[in-house]
Amino acid sequence: MKLEGMKVIALGERDGVPGEAIASCLASAGANVVFSLTECFV
Amino acid sequence: MGPESQSQIKAVADRFGTDDLVVVLGAADPEALEVAAETVTTGDPAYAGPLAGVSLGLPVVHILEPEVKEQVDPEVYSEQVGLLELTLDTDAVQTAMRKLRHEGGE
Repeated sequence: MKLEGMKVIALGERDGVPGEAIASCLASAGANVVFSLTECFV
Repeated sequence: MGPESQSQIKAVADRFGTDDLVVVLGAADPEALEVAAETVTTGDPAYAGPLAGVSLGLPVVHILEPEVKEQVDPEVYSEQVGLLELTLDTDAVQTAMRKLRHEGGE
């Protein structure tokens, strides 16, 4: 799936990859990060 | 997924529409991935939050999948995900994602 130009929800996780890290990566891929959060799965 | 997070995701989908909206996951645990993916596709599996019974049908990919990684600036990826990529079980994540998409009929 091509991410450039897509609107993206970065749904990170505390014990995995945080939302902010995903958002930074996707911004560099040309995606439009419209929402980012870091969940805590218990 | 918590009700607050569901509410925020629902608000984003309502505001921007779902046509060119994608969810990129970061969870490492296959069970957490399953819950997150199900919540944004067919609705909250626990039937407790604002997305209960709401089928957003959003495409779901994972930041540790090669198809996603190859689109990211290598320097940024290394800085933001590099260490996690080494410590997390990327094979398990990729297997779980393939399984989730298969079950979702994609």
